[in-house]
Amino acid sequence: MPRRTDIETILLIGSGPIVIGQACEFDYSGTQACRALRAEGYHVVLINSNPATIMTDPMTADKVYLEPLEEESVMRIVERERPDAVLPTMGGQTGLNLADRLQRKGFWDAHDVEVIGVDIDAIHITEDRQQFRDLMESIGVDQARSKVARSLLEAKEITQALGGLPVVIRPSFTLGGAGGGIVWSSSELKRKVRRGLEMSPVHEVLIEESMYGWKEFELELLRDANDNVIIICAIENVDPMGVHTGDSVTVAPAQTLTDKQYQHMRDTAIRMMRSIGTFAGGCNVQFGVDPVTGRMIAVEINPRVSRSSALASKATGYPIAKVAARLAVGYTLDELPNDVTGTTSACFEPAIDYVVTKVPRWNFEKFEGVDEELTTQMKAVGEVMAIGRTFTESLQKAWQSLEVGYAGLGADREHASRPTVRERLRKPYWDRTLQIRNAFKHGATIAEVQDITKVDPWFLMQIEDIVEVEKQLEGHHLKSLSRDQLLAAKRRGFSDVQIAFLLAQEVTEEEVRAHRLAHDMRPAFLVVDTCAGEFAARTPYYYSSYEDLTESVVSDQPKVIILGSGPNRIGQGIEFDYSCVHGVQATREMGYEAIMINCNPETVSTDFDIADKLYFEPVFFERVLDIIEHEKPAGIIVQLGGQTALKLARRLTERGIRILGTTQAMMDLAEHRGKFSEVLASLDIPFPAYGMATSVYEAVRVAERIGYPVLVRPSYVLGGQGMRIAINKEEVEECVTHICRLLPGNEILLDRFLDNGTEIDVDAVRDGQEVWISGIMQHIEPAGVHSGDSTAVLPPYSLSEEVMATIRRYVIAIAHRLDVIGLVNVQLVVQNEKVYVIEANPRASRTVPFVAKATGCAVARIATRVMLGDTLQALRAQGALESTLTRYAIKEPVFSWDKFPEVRRELGPEMKSTGEAIAFVDTLTDSHFRRPYELRNLYLSR
Amino acid sequence: MDSGRESKLALADGTVVTGRAVGAHGEAGGELCFNTSMTGYQEILTDPSYHGQIMMMTYPHIGNYGAADRDTEASRPMVAALAVREFSDRYSNSSAEESLDNYMLRHGLVGISGVDTRRLVLHIRKRGVMNAVVSSVDTDPQSLVAKARAWPSMEGLELASRVSRDQPYDAAAGAGPRIAVYDFGVKQNILRTFAGLGCRVRVFPHDAPLPDVAAWRPDGFFLSNGPGDPRAMPEALATTQAIIRLGQPVFGICLGHQLMALAEGFVVHKMHVGHRGANHPVKNLATSRVEVTTQNHGFAVQAASVASTSAAISHLNLNDQTVEGLRFRSFTGLSVQYHPEASPGPHDSRYLFEEFLRLINQG
Repeated sequence: MPRRTDIETILLIGSGPIVIGQACEFDYSGTQACRALRAEGYHVVLINSNPATIMTDPMTADKVYLEPLEEESVMRIVERERPDAVLPTMGGQTGLNLADRLQRKGFWDAHDVEVIGVDIDAIHITEDRQQFRDLMESIGVDQARSKVARSLLEAKEITQALGGLPVVIRPSFTLGGAGGGIVWSSSELKRKVRRGLEMSPVHEVLIEESMYGWKEFELELLRDANDNVIIICAIENVDPMGVHTGDSVTVAPAQTLTDKQYQHMRDTAIRMMRSIGTFAGGCNVQFGVDPVTGRMIAVEINPRVSRSSALASKATGYPIAKVAARLAVGYTLDELPNDVTGTTSACFEPAIDYVVTKVPRWNFEKFEGVDEELTTQMKAVGEVMAIGRTFTESLQKAWQSLEVGYAGLGADREHASRPTVRERLRKPYWDRTLQIRNAFKHGATIAEVQDITKVDPWFLMQIEDIVEVEKQLEGHHLKSLSRDQLLAAKRRGFSDVQIAFLLAQEVTEEEVRAHRLAHDMRPAFLVVDTCAGEFAARTPYYYSSYEDLTESVVSDQPKVIILGSGPNRIGQGIEFDYSCVHGVQATREMGYEAIMINCNPETVSTDFDIADKLYFEPVFFERVLDIIEHEKPAGIIVQLGGQTALKLARRLTERGIRILGTTQAMMDLAEHRGKFSEVLASLDIPFPAYGMATSVYEAVRVAERIGYPVLVRPSYVLGGQGMRIAINKEEVEECVTHICRLLPGNEILLDRFLDNGTEIDVDAVRDGQEVWISGIMQHIEPAGVHSGDSTAVLPPYSLSEEVMATIRRYVIAIAHRLDVIGLVNVQLVVQNEKVYVIEANPRASRTVPFVAKATGCAVARIATRVMLGDTLQALRAQGALESTLTRYAIKEPVFSWDKFPEVRRELGPEMKSTGEAIAFVDTLTDSHFRRPYELRNLYLSR
Repeated sequence: MDSGRESKLALADGTVVTGRAVGAHGEAGGELCFNTSMTGYQEILTDPSYHGQIMMMTYPHIGNYGAADRDTEASRPMVAALAVREFSDRYSNSSAEESLDNYMLRHGLVGISGVDTRRLVLHIRKRGVMNAVVSSVDTDPQSLVAKARAWPSMEGLELASRVSRDQPYDAAAGAGPRIAVYDFGVKQNILRTFAGLGCRVRVFPHDAPLPDVAAWRPDGFFLSNGPGDPRAMPEALATTQAIIRLGQPVFGICLGHQLMALAEGFVVHKMHVGHRGANHPVKNLATSRVEVTTQNHGFAVQAASVASTSAAISHLNLNDQTVEGLRFRSFTGLSVQYHPEASPGPHDSRYLFEEFLRLINQG
């Protein structure tokens, strides 16, 4: 059936602020859905409160409502916009739950709004564990034995009936499996059941037979109205069951299933999808397989676009959300083309000829006292994906992408001692694959490691192979290494840094690189084509591998490379993806070929139809340089990709590669505390007294000199990591000791803390001639709470005209002095009507999308145009700098505390929020303003 | 690990790549083709339709789950050689009986690992399929290319006689319809599927005289898949025509489908690259439903040659509109170009076996 003509306006529900378990993958899918529906000629109305998304850009939907994802706002929007249909499957659990609540109230029916893309009853079935169980039983699908408990007593009885501990606890209807987990002791059972009953909105928990150590798989399905079902991707978890799939290292396609086992899984998944309803759209099914008997059981089914579908889309090149949206409006799969080939059908199952590995990224260091063990409740804040021709290559590339300081799977430093490795392997932790590698370095056998970790031997063998290659390199000199040996290492994903570390002689990464280039050893760039080369692909989606044939043809157009921001983490998240997407679009507008490099599968910037070319690669020096040498771009944009991109600027500049916009030297000047203070002094701009130290003794001396309270922090870190306020000598000592342990060798910065100050955040753009201040934000919380965790108000609500004028004057002076071309963010504190500058960052800040959404000015786009030669004057003449803001826009931080019940919910100089929401208020009596304002007094009274 | 004996793969157009030998040492030649299935390597290696071809798997890791008897489609490997990017000597799976390496060694199957298979796939896609030689005994590029060039072309080659058993045998003893299978290289899973439907199945050699077969009093005839060029099989064609005249329902898969088309006077041509994978979308024109299918064919029925008086095109490949199925009008019969028995591949098309049985029951 072709597209439906009986509907015109479609309401799409977004997923709201980013929290652990529901992150920017829903911006990716939502954006795709919006674009697909608009391309079909539908009028798309969107509701989402998250300003940092591309989805909420005016260009994505016809009408965007930046409003809270609450029944009341949806009801109001429906009254006004009168949509014919609502598509709730692109907004994660939040979108579904909201649509569900309104369905229960009869709201959709009453307003003649059809729910498309999902069957609400299907959600009930899948969310209600008992109902789901019964249904699966009726269609002959094997499951873990389990029973619902409504009290602790019931839970104990069920546990006994299941054969005792361990068992798994799963509270009903919680996000990302919150409150769930495996239980090994009776005291733990008591605690977790009580908490689960409390957290579950229906006060139920499921007690389930433990499948700890079983293999875990996921299938991504699509179905159309004709009941055609296809499997887009099979994903195998390296971490066995017991670790949430969002916290697991996962691999696509499945590696250890025979065809008969896989087809059994495929048949079962299709049967399950058909059994829960008749909707057209996406679906995700999870399975567990007993490694000894091969028994396969169904774990769960999600009748919506999920985190894994974003991953599956990036892994295969198949745009699941885009197709799912078109299926929701009546198309059948056979009517749609495969966008990748352009000539073949979308109704097929992608065949891939590479291996994709996803590794989650965690932020445990942000949460003191956090339990780092990985459980059935997700704790990761982001993820990276890497593509290689082999598992080992993709795994090492994933570690290069993670930005946790590693140049691959170890082999870049002395590895941990045997007792440490044994201790780390006893439970699933974030660095499991690395510790497995370390175990093999210590001579452990596959059987031993399997016994402890339950990781499938095939993966262990692969990691052992990596260690074998290491052994071959050790003892060699660069000159004595054969071409084959070096190539074997590169083909297993070893970076030049790792090879330099492993060789017996002292060599640098640069020397290894020079040697390998001299031997004509450079990566080939291969296409992600959905069909393993069977058909010609037209999508410019590439990855590197040490193969013979490069498929990425270099055009004769002038090109610009935009470096992405890598995995999401606290302090650097979706906001930078937003800026990168605008950067790409502006680059194309300016007549350049835009080339994107990024490794985060959740993002819009890594959608293959955003840039002219996408390299899904680690934002890691060697990999980036390989691409630069292949493409020979006119310049690189590092301003939009956060610290990830910025920290490559120095080495790129050293190699004579042009950084577009503000120069490396000026970025360095801003970053360097001492030099920057001299700049401020020369401009007559006040700043808090400060000093630097490398030891506890020195730190105390500095503190005594500048006076308490002092702000203590390591230099060059993100989101205020390790930052503390100290009010006396003892606290300084404690803080500095902590930092030295956390980040050995780091310089420590001590600032006089401006007590009771008001923090101000300013975003501005300079084009070489003039400075345009795009937004001045006043924080409600007092200085001392990290700016990312503060409630920011645009424009300021309590600053005098004089202070405002001073702020503007300072920002303009700094921007000129740093010769900024593009974006700059300045943080200031106002204390007793005096304005101090705390820091200036000549790059896109976290607040860029918020300011853009609040004012209607496409700040990142304007900045990129300016970097490529456009002028603010010209842009002003086009009206691009005109703010449409007539009210107050408030940026509200959102936290994921429920994932870390053991952590104290306390705000300070270290950022802890995972997302943000925007609210527009007319007056300061609005609760969005009043609530945080009242809390401010709480802070001040402490 | 990339250690072990060197091996080379040489194509008739002069392309030579070096890898390491896996499986048995030796030399083997044949048409170099590829398969995009990500699972099911053992089913593919033992599929008689691949007889004499060098099978290149596009999925890089092969051997991961080892080898087991239940994953075979014939009692021995049928391909001439195996070419892969990354061979797993070591394996992991609860159902595995041995390593793939061991299985290949036991059966003398030659293999090469460590070659850029994607590059070769793109090469073939552009230039068309061609002959090649894999060798771990002769590693002189020129000599190997010469051998590849001298290898007989697949076009015009009759191969069914090499894979068909020479004596009839009973494959299933069900109480259901009696199915006579003409074995041009029948996959075991076709027989298992008939067995699963309660049929009584007897498999006859490819050249069994029809009167002998008819004497068994079959309720329906099945013309199997198999290797080679159907246009080079005049005897089989004559038998097919005779079977059609008998009037019992006929079902053909792959080579059988092509023989039935030829018997009706349709044209069968050699394709540029052929279809080899487990992800091909096929639309059933009667139901408008799409099946994800397993395919393995280098020849196809030309759509324009299908006379509407004698047959209707029942199935089309959604990627390139290749004829994938026929429903005959001049006699009771159906045939498909793809593999509804799967193995490896999705089970979406099993209904065709039931449809065949329905035709028998109606008759």
